[in-house]
Amino acid sequence: MEPSQGLEQVNSLPGRGREVAGGLARETLTINMGPQHPSTHGVLRLVLELEGEVIVSCQPVIGYLHTGIEKEMEHRTYHQNIPLVDRIEYLSSYHEELAYCMAVEKLLGVEVPKRAQYIRVILCELNRIASHLVWLGTTGIDLNVSSLLMYCFRDRERILEMSEMVSGQRMMPGYFRIGGVAEDLPDEFFPAVRQFLDEFPRRLDEYEAMLTDNLVWRRRHEGVAVLSREDALRYGVTGPTLRGSGVAYDVRKAFPYSSYEDFEFDVPTGENGDAFDRYRVRMEEMRQARRIVLQALDRLPGGPVITDDRKVALPPRRELVRSMEAVIHQFKLVSEGIHPPKGEVYAAVESPRGEKGYYIVSDGSNRPVRVRVRAPSFSNLQALPAMVRGGMLADVVVAIASIDIVLGDVDR
Amino acid sequence: MTREDLSGLERNVLTTTVERMLAWARSSSVWPVQFGLACCAIEMIATTTSKFDIARFGMEAFRASPRQSDLMIVAGRVSQKMAPVLRHIYDQMLEPKWVLSMGDCASCGGVYNNYALVQGVDKIVPVDVYVAGCPPRPEALLYGLMKLQEKIRERARAGGGR
Amino acid sequence: MKASLTPVQEFLAERLGDGALEAHTFRGDATVVVARERVVEALQAVREEPWRFEVLLDLTAWDRYPAEPRFEVVYHLLSLHRGERLRVKTRVPGEDPVLPSAVPVFAGANWFEREVWDLFGIRFQGHPNLVRILLPDDWEGHPLRRDYPLTEEPVEFRGHVPKVPSQIIPHVPPPRRDP
Repeated sequence: MEPSQGLEQVNSLPGRGREVAGGLARETLTINMGPQHPSTHGVLRLVLELEGEVIVSCQPVIGYLHTGIEKEMEHRTYHQNIPLVDRIEYLSSYHEELAYCMAVEKLLGVEVPKRAQYIRVILCELNRIASHLVWLGTTGIDLNVSSLLMYCFRDRERILEMSEMVSGQRMMPGYFRIGGVAEDLPDEFFPAVRQFLDEFPRRLDEYEAMLTDNLVWRRRHEGVAVLSREDALRYGVTGPTLRGSGVAYDVRKAFPYSSYEDFEFDVPTGENGDAFDRYRVRMEEMRQARRIVLQALDRLPGGPVITDDRKVALPPRRELVRSMEAVIHQFKLVSEGIHPPKGEVYAAVESPRGEKGYYIVSDGSNRPVRVRVRAPSFSNLQALPAMVRGGMLADVVVAIASIDIVLGDVDR
Repeated sequence: MTREDLSGLERNVLTTTVERMLAWARSSSVWPVQFGLACCAIEMIATTTSKFDIARFGMEAFRASPRQSDLMIVAGRVSQKMAPVLRHIYDQMLEPKWVLSMGDCASCGGVYNNYALVQGVDKIVPVDVYVAGCPPRPEALLYGLMKLQEKIRERARAGGGR
Repeated sequence: MKASLTPVQEFLAERLGDGALEAHTFRGDATVVVARERVVEALQAVREEPWRFEVLLDLTAWDRYPAEPRFEVVYHLLSLHRGERLRVKTRVPGEDPVLPSAVPVFAGANWFEREVWDLFGIRFQGHPNLVRILLPDDWEGHPLRRDYPLTEEPVEFRGHVPKVPSQIIPHVPPPRRDP
C-alpha cells in the first residue's frame, strides 16, 4: 500500500472515528514517541495519533533541551557569548559563531579583513561537510544501515582533527572573534585539508553507489515525507529541506556574506519535496562545499586575521610592551568589553540546516539587551506534521531524519 | 593423590569469590541505555565509531530500552522539563545499575547557570563516575568507562554487593 | 528619518497612514514600526503582490522594561521574489500585552507565537492553541522578561565570597548624555 493511499483507504472504511458501526466502535490509537527514543535525533517527543499504521495527526512536543541561552546571553558581554553560541546548534558551531560575530560586526560597523573572511568560509564549509556526514550516518543507522555510521564518522574524524589543529577543540571551537578570527591557520592545516579533499570525492562516490540506486533506500525515501512548495514557504522552512521542495533559496547566494560572492558554486534543488530529493540535495551540497574550500585555499590572501580597531579586538601581544594605549585597550576590552551603538540588527548565514539568523538589540552598554537566535530547525520542525500526515508510522523516522534537526537549535 | 597431581591442581584450578566473578562478568559487558541529550551525545556516538571503538570494552550494545541496560550515560544538559523523564528512565533500569555523568553540563551545570537547567544530574540520580569536558573527548569518555569498570571490580574485591 | 526609505517602507507608510509610526534603515536593515491594531493588516499587505513577502522568518519580542510600552514584538519577513528582508515591529504595553495573532496570514507564526507567550507572556488573540512550548506546562512566570531573575546558583570560589557568574564582568550602562 502506497503511503498516500493509506488515509483514503482508512477514510472509506465505515465507522470512522468514534462512530459505532455494526456494534463495533472505532477509535484512533494515540502513542507517544517519547523524548528518549533512538530515532528522534535528540530529545524530541511526538504524540502520534494512528489509525492502524497510518498517521492521522502528529504533534511535536519540544522544550526538553531548553537551556535559556537567550536569557543567559543578556547577562554576559559580547565576547563572553561566543562560547555560548557554539553550543546552540552543536553540529555546525562554526556557522553559529559566524552568524553571531557577523551580527555584532554589523552593529558596530566594523570591517573584517579579507584573509579572515576566507578562513571563515573554509572552516564553515568544512563544518557543512561534517554536519552532513552526521546526518547521513544517523539516517543510515535509523534505517538499519549501521555500517554507514562508521564510514561517515570516519570521514568526520578527519575534519575534527583539522578543527583541532585550528582551534584546539574538536567541537565547540570558540575560534571566531568579533572582527575576525582568533589566530591564523597553522601550517599543518593546509596539507591536511588538501589530502582530505583529494580523497573525499571517492568516499562520496562510494556512499552514493551504496545508496542512491539501492532498492531499499529508494523505497524508503521516495514519495515519503513530501513537503510541498507552498507548505514549505508557509511554515518558513529554509535550507536543504526547502531546496528539496524546489525553492532555490540559499542565503549565500541571496544575501552574500563573508566573501561568498567571490566563489563559484551551485545550489542544488530537488523537485518532488520528498525525502529522496533532500538526500540528493545534501549529497550534492557536500561536493559543492568541497569546491568552495578548494577555491578559497587557492586564493587565500595574506594580511591580518582580525580587525585593527582597538576598541573591538585585542591588540597583538608585542604591542603591549611598547604602547600604553595598547595596555589600556586590552584592559578595557577584557574587563568591560565592547560598547556597540544603540540599535538593532539582523544577520543571517546559511547553516547546514537552513537560515541561521541573529537579531541583536543593543542599548549602548557592554551587554546585549536581547539576542534572538533564528533557529532553522525550529521552523523546519513545524512542518513535520504536514509531512507525515497520511503516511505510515515507519515513515516518521525517515521524515525526522530527512529534515535533519538539531534539538539544541529547536529549544535553545 | 601424588605430589604431581597436587601441583597440577594449583596450575589448573582457579579459586575466587562469587562477587568477584560476577563483577568481572558485569564490568566486561556493561550495556548503556541510549540517553544522548545534546552535544555530548555526538561525542558519545563518535566513541562508538571505528576510531575510538567502545566495542573493545564490550559496551557497543546501546539498548533503546532501559530495562535491558546497566549503565546510563547522561550525555548532555538536563533541562527542567527533561528531569522527570531522566528519573523515570533511571527507575526503569534493573539493578545493578550505574550512572556516568558525561560532560560539564551533566556534572555541574556546565557553562550554564540559569532557570532552565538542572545544575548537575546528581541532584536527581546517584552518579558513579563524572567525566569532565565540554564535550569530553572520546578518549576521556573511555577513561571514565574504564574507571567505572575498576569501580565495579573494586567493590567486589572489598566484599561489597555491587 | 525620512531619508532614503525603501519602496516597501514607503508603501506601508502610505497604506497605513497613522498606523505606521516610524520607518528607518539602520546598517542596511529596513524597519517599520506600526500600531498594534494594524500589524496583521501590515503583514497581509506586504504579503501580496507586488511585494510578496511570503516567508515569515522570525517572530520574536523583547522587553524594554522599565520603558513603556514595555514589549516590542518583531516580525522578520523575507521576499524571495525581490531578494529583500523587512522588519515590522509593534509595541505592546506591559499591563495589557495582547496582540492579534498572525497565524491567519502566516501558518508558521503558530509556534513562534507560542514561544513568545511562553517566554514573555504576550497573548495572541485568535491563536488556535496558545499554550507553553519550551517550558514545562506548570511553569510559573515568563523567563525572558527583564524582571525575571536569571536564577543563578552561587559558585564558591576558594578563598573568595561566593559569586554568580554574571557578576564577574560588571554590566556597564550606556553613558548618560547630558543635554
